[in-house]
Amino acid sequence: MTTSDFYSPSRETTEGRIYNVSGGDWDTVLGNDPLHEERLIVNMGPQHPSTHGVLRLVLELEGETVTDARVVIGYLHTGIEKNAEFRTWTQGSTFVTRADYLSPLFNETSYAMAVEKLLGITVPDRANLIRVMMMEINRISSHWVWLATGGMELGALTAMTNGFRARERCLDILEMITGLRMNHAYVRPGGLAQDLPDGALPKIRDWIKAMDTEIAGVDKLLRGQPIWINRLKGVGWIGVEGCLALGVTGPLLRSAGLPWDLRKTEPYLGYETYDFDVPTDDGGDCWSRFVVRVAEMRESLRIIAQVVERIEQTPGRVMVDDPKIAWPAQLSIGSDGMGNSPAHVNKIMNGSMEALIHHFKLVTEGFRVPAGQVYVPIEGPRGELGAHVVSDGGTRPYRVHLRDPSFVNLQAVAAMSIGGLIADVIASVASIDPVMGGCDR
Amino acid sequence: MSTAGGTDPELGLAQTSGALPDGRQRPGMFGVTGTGDTSGFSGLQREPWVELPAGRPYGGYFDEVMDAFAEAYPEAEGAIEKVVLHRGELTVHLRREHLARACQAFRDDPALRFELLSSVHGVDYLAREGADGARLHAVYQLTSMTFRRRIRLEVAVTTADPHVPSVTAVYPTADWQEREAWDLFGIIFDGHPALTRIMMPDDWDGHPQRKDYPLGGVPVDYKGATIPPPDERRAYR
Repeated sequence: MTTSDFYSPSRETTEGRIYNVSGGDWDTVLGNDPLHEERLIVNMGPQHPSTHGVLRLVLELEGETVTDARVVIGYLHTGIEKNAEFRTWTQGSTFVTRADYLSPLFNETSYAMAVEKLLGITVPDRANLIRVMMMEINRISSHWVWLATGGMELGALTAMTNGFRARERCLDILEMITGLRMNHAYVRPGGLAQDLPDGALPKIRDWIKAMDTEIAGVDKLLRGQPIWINRLKGVGWIGVEGCLALGVTGPLLRSAGLPWDLRKTEPYLGYETYDFDVPTDDGGDCWSRFVVRVAEMRESLRIIAQVVERIEQTPGRVMVDDPKIAWPAQLSIGSDGMGNSPAHVNKIMNGSMEALIHHFKLVTEGFRVPAGQVYVPIEGPRGELGAHVVSDGGTRPYRVHLRDPSFVNLQAVAAMSIGGLIADVIASVASIDPVMGGCDR
Repeated sequence: MSTAGGTDPELGLAQTSGALPDGRQRPGMFGVTGTGDTSGFSGLQREPWVELPAGRPYGGYFDEVMDAFAEAYPEAEGAIEKVVLHRGELTVHLRREHLARACQAFRDDPALRFELLSSVHGVDYLAREGADGARLHAVYQLTSMTFRRRIRLEVAVTTADPHVPSVTAVYPTADWQEREAWDLFGIIFDGHPALTRIMMPDDWDGHPQRKDYPLGGVPVDYKGATIPPPDERRAYR
């Protein structure tokens, strides 16, 4: 066999075939094509600070102009969907939360809503209100990461430092409530893992004020900044037709002018009862996406302010009142951090044999979900996040598929960057806000 | 496929008698093939796992959609295998040769207008394989932004002949999603511009999300016993 690899000529030795990995001469690689003397193929990633995690771009350039762009993904494929098939329904939360690691609460909620739809159960109001609040806090924190990483990639380092600082304040709130900064597994089929801790709502009210200041600060910093404007305006354009053809949803679609937001168009969890707007813009470029996302953060704050009032007025359970579904984990903070409440342990160990059996069977065996399939889409920070869940009637999911917006939206990279400059590819990819954990799953 | 009844020589355990209903048999250890219920905890009644075809009226906008489809696609009668209504979601099972043209009708007809293909993915119904052996399902979630409607299309193929017409010409968004379904399930989408692996490495063997894909990783020995792969470990079913 002769090698045809330009980069690694090989020769036979007594030890076997030896490859000599070396740089190639461009003439031998490209041939002497007189029309494409300037043609250059650049591999960007998968380990590259400007490709948002392990995203790989293969760009064909003529001078600085991109003539072809290919996106290579799969470097972060972790088999989350397959893994979930070997765990109970409740443990599924732990898997899906790790898919798109910047929007864990959205993954959990769409999964939990799908399981609840299969079960045919209704979740208590308080749990739904807290879900809305948590998702909107999560949306803001996700948009902060977009601003921080996107800003860093364009050289706006103050946007990065301020963005990550503000995001950390969001994560502080999430940590106070769930115990974890990310990968919370807080939203479970049937409700939530636990209720809000004491004093959470006043802290969230303070946080809303702090976020208002943070958003205003970044807005003031960037909106009139000439370099920021020049790097974003007219860059990475994609119109509504292009978005629909490529399946692009979320802030990208809204920045092209279509006010498509599932919270408004197909309301779930009572979103129709909140007073908020769907920000749009008509530029379809990176600048419009900046404008739309900053406006969305403000709208999320409006929703949070309303939902905090309602949570205060809605006491009650945060898990369905069904001992065959609700985990008996009465979580409370003990001297060792987090654990079951002593009263609960005492009840199952000393008081009630039935409670012990229920606890044991639910934790080891889990509950059964009637056979069937559902698809539950919600509006994630990046677009339509859908959970397609199939049950065979057993204690474990038969199939879980996450329709992740990062995966679908990344298909727009070629449309956004071909014909533009290589520097604008960075701005375009940043404006898509892809999260490879969700893209590759 | 473990069968019900008799004694499992490996475990030396007498198994509960009574055959499992269709779609419930599973391979692997601990074939608790009866109800598996020793506690009286769940009062288990295992029903066979079949999707029953729905009759009209479907309710909601589904009747309108199906009428419009019958009008927009003259061969609709022969194209539809069955229609399933479950948990308020309508699934239209199509014969594969009609898929791409049916999608065209779903997208373009003014009374249908399913502009957005939300998702394409595979499901391997190995446990519920039909009489014709069609176990690989390609699932299409269609969204109509004009009317705010959603329906699901489903096409079933066998592993021996896993060909489905690609819908990339109608919905370009299907490009990567069909590649994913090929990569993980081995469904071949005819007419796809470049059907290559997308999640797994290019030289990977097999399609990992198929239900009979061998699992196991590294066998671990402990005092002479080996740890079985995850799908064959003892588990509640």
